[in-house]
Amino acid sequence: MSEPLLSELSRPGRVGHLLTSTESTDDAALDIPADLLRDELRLPELGELDVVRHFTHLSSMNFSIDNAFYPLGSCTMKYNPKVNEDVARLPGFAQLHPYQPEETVQGALQVMLELQRLLCEISGFEAITLQPAAGAQAELCGMLLIRAHHRARGDHKRVKVLIPDSAHGTNPATAAMCGYTTVSIPTDSHGNVDLNRVREEADDTTVGLMLTNPNTLGLFEQEIREVTEAIHAAGGLVYGDGANLNAILGAVKPADLGFDVLHINTHKTFSTPHGGGGPGCGPVVARGFLEPFMPKPVLAQRGEGEGELFLDWDRPRSIGKLKSFWGHFGVMVRALTYITLQGDQGLRDISEAAVLNANYLRKQLDDLYDVPFDRICMHEFVASGRRQKQKGVRTLDIAKRLIDFGIHPPTVYFPLIVEEALMVEPTEAETRDTLDRFVQVMRQIAHEVEETPEVIHEAPHDQPVGRLDETTAARKPVLRWSWQDEVVSHQ
Amino acid sequence: MAFVPLTTDERQAMLEVVGVDSVADLFVDIPADVRFPHLDVPAPLTELETVAKMSALAAQNRHVGQLACFVGAGYYNHYSPSVVAHLMGRSEFYTSYTPYQPEVSQGTLQYSFEFQSLVCDLFEMDVANSSVYDGASASAEAVLMALRIARRDRVVLDGSVHPEYRSVIGSYLDGRGIDIVTSEVGLSDGKLKRQPVLDLIDDKTACVVVQQPDFFGTIRDLEEIAAKCRETGALLVYVVGDPVSLGLLKTPGGWAADIAIGEGQGLGLPLQFGGPGVGLMTCKQQHLRQLPGRIVGQTTDHDGRRGFVLTLQAREQHIRREKATSNICTSQTLLALGATIYLATMGPAGLKQAAALSHKRARSVADQIKRINGFRVVNDGPFFNELTVTCPTDGSTMRHELARRGIIGGYALGRDYSGLENGLVLCATERTTDAEIDRLIDGLREIGGGR
Repeated sequence: MSEPLLSELSRPGRVGHLLTSTESTDDAALDIPADLLRDELRLPELGELDVVRHFTHLSSMNFSIDNAFYPLGSCTMKYNPKVNEDVARLPGFAQLHPYQPEETVQGALQVMLELQRLLCEISGFEAITLQPAAGAQAELCGMLLIRAHHRARGDHKRVKVLIPDSAHGTNPATAAMCGYTTVSIPTDSHGNVDLNRVREEADDTTVGLMLTNPNTLGLFEQEIREVTEAIHAAGGLVYGDGANLNAILGAVKPADLGFDVLHINTHKTFSTPHGGGGPGCGPVVARGFLEPFMPKPVLAQRGEGEGELFLDWDRPRSIGKLKSFWGHFGVMVRALTYITLQGDQGLRDISEAAVLNANYLRKQLDDLYDVPFDRICMHEFVASGRRQKQKGVRTLDIAKRLIDFGIHPPTVYFPLIVEEALMVEPTEAETRDTLDRFVQVMRQIAHEVEETPEVIHEAPHDQPVGRLDETTAARKPVLRWSWQDEVVSHQ
Repeated sequence: MAFVPLTTDERQAMLEVVGVDSVADLFVDIPADVRFPHLDVPAPLTELETVAKMSALAAQNRHVGQLACFVGAGYYNHYSPSVVAHLMGRSEFYTSYTPYQPEVSQGTLQYSFEFQSLVCDLFEMDVANSSVYDGASASAEAVLMALRIARRDRVVLDGSVHPEYRSVIGSYLDGRGIDIVTSEVGLSDGKLKRQPVLDLIDDKTACVVVQQPDFFGTIRDLEEIAAKCRETGALLVYVVGDPVSLGLLKTPGGWAADIAIGEGQGLGLPLQFGGPGVGLMTCKQQHLRQLPGRIVGQTTDHDGRRGFVLTLQAREQHIRREKATSNICTSQTLLALGATIYLATMGPAGLKQAAALSHKRARSVADQIKRINGFRVVNDGPFFNELTVTCPTDGSTMRHELARRGIIGGYALGRDYSGLENGLVLCATERTTDAEIDRLIDGLREIGGGR
């Protein structure tokens, strides 16, 4: 069942919405010279019901957390409580202009202040900014803070950033955006970053280390303190990628492990919805000595205690701004709502259940699927489809076969260091029944690999489209509709 | 809140499967002295209590439904048809993620393709990506893109580009050894006075960044700047002010922009105190491979059925790592959906009305302000829905005084432009009523009274 494009549904002269039926707008632009005006405005013309049906049909063509188990590793696809959405839509939050005078937005600034306090407490840090738009921008923020620190000490020779080979691609991409070179550090046989290599590479040209912990293998770095100490001994700082924070809420504060800066993905850990691929929100927490460099403006309070909140722009040592205004406030509201619901006990329970669920799955699959680093994992584990590959079934095929059972595939082919990787993150939100069904389906697929591999190769079977030709999509890109074609097709 | 659904018995049975005695045994890799710290976080609240707490915080704010809103400056209080919020609120959209598995993400992929198409139509540009964080970061990505294409190291910023955008460009470019030159804008004889950008463009310039309508609201003839760009090989980076303005105004494509970006919030998205919005980003076809961010393309499956996929991923961080065009990973997909629904609903007729009515209301504001002693409209040309006014006292004081009268009184220019300390940028939209304009005028007259 396919859905036409808006351009194909369009009919000349159909009107979906009018803002006035009485006021003429024909002469509205007479004071603007004609050569500053546009000639033609070609947009689809649809009725409101056309629009409603179109997008409702499209919505039915998506897997989502609300309709399917979604164990997409590294993405923390947990349930998003509905009340988050209600709170974010309160007019007192949703209908505030960012440039309103501060006296009219004290409640909004209070939301930011409370969220800042909570995130600092949970992570163990003293300084925070809520401004970055998402994790990758938060990484840029963190690395700019680290650069500002080195500069302020007059230390200009640091040019290289150490990054484990298991890291997300955003880490090296961020280091490159800052003009730094990257040094890839291998993973040792236990699934930890290789401490000896860190010690060999860390020197007086080292900006720092970008480290995800738990790492992207779903494993807690067993020598984390030795690693961070080695970087500090060389004068570098340690950037923490907080992508996997969901595993350690209330279990450990990252600041206690030697990190200097850390970003938090609220859409992962704090259940602000993923939105089909955004918006995110990437608060950055840091040690106190990095506070002067935080993006401006920073939230401040006049006088002692209960004084008026305001945005302080007088920050001469700031790295500047990273995005418009104060960050993704609508997302912050959801994060604060979620943390308020959870409280101290709930946060720890989240991590305990997330870790228990992941280990429960791992233990029941590690006989049929290789698990390269088979030790207690945190909130996710990485399996390898290399045994199945020998039978001619790729990890991609297994992923597509899961779709037939109404399960969103895990993250595949990441991390890059695991052959045919399958990265499974169940989150804390799922019932044991859901986990058991996943185990049963994964075991069935493993048997199908032996007995009926053609079924797997043909998967998925009952989706709106089958496997798509991505090669042609990239070689001959069609990135927008063509009105000319539309006219032809209707003649 | 009961968020973890496992029962006590289930937990015990699961621990046995894993082969440990207690949950704490799963965390033994964490150094013991810092394991399970005390968290100074309040005890959990029920949903009922949480709603009460958050509602009380919301009630401490005064929103644009309660105040007369005369500020824009990058975020616009346009009307959003009900259908936009309703359809964006479908959880099949907002609880999915990046469409890594296209067979189960055709909803997201198709609307992203439609979004790209609509943005191209609105801007009259060749290609668009499926969004970046916001207008400001889009401007920085555009400059980085221009630097890669031109392989030069000088950037010219028009001083009437949004100050926050210029600040973000500065942050993104820091440490790259790029020479950033900004044209000055000030006041002379009661009108805005600009240092000509033309004089700053030379054959070492990678790009020139201009905004239209500019931060002061003025619509300018960009022909000479575009010509100078062609002559010197500099790229024209075009920042669209309010996207609704394109219901009336000549487009970035019409001005021959090489890269055109903008903030899409005005296209039916809630203000939300400044975010999330959606960064619109487009370019000419020949620059496609340098465009950052997610891009959706059309293709077919093995049965010839049309479908959509993430494409040209060889530009991106998860493939190219340190050689990627940008580190960007997350886009603003849900907000792009909102803008797509808005444009589909408004169509050409509705969008033209939104633009025309916004302009009319702003003109009405200007006409009446001109008649108040001590106030002056200082735009150096036609404006769209924003105008710059000088007041008898500084802009910041004006804003506080107007707030006491229930009015959000524009953007105060003092922090960003010396010589414009008394300047306010005022904005109107189709939502602005005559009664609100009367209130503004009365307020200005009172505050400026006797001077």
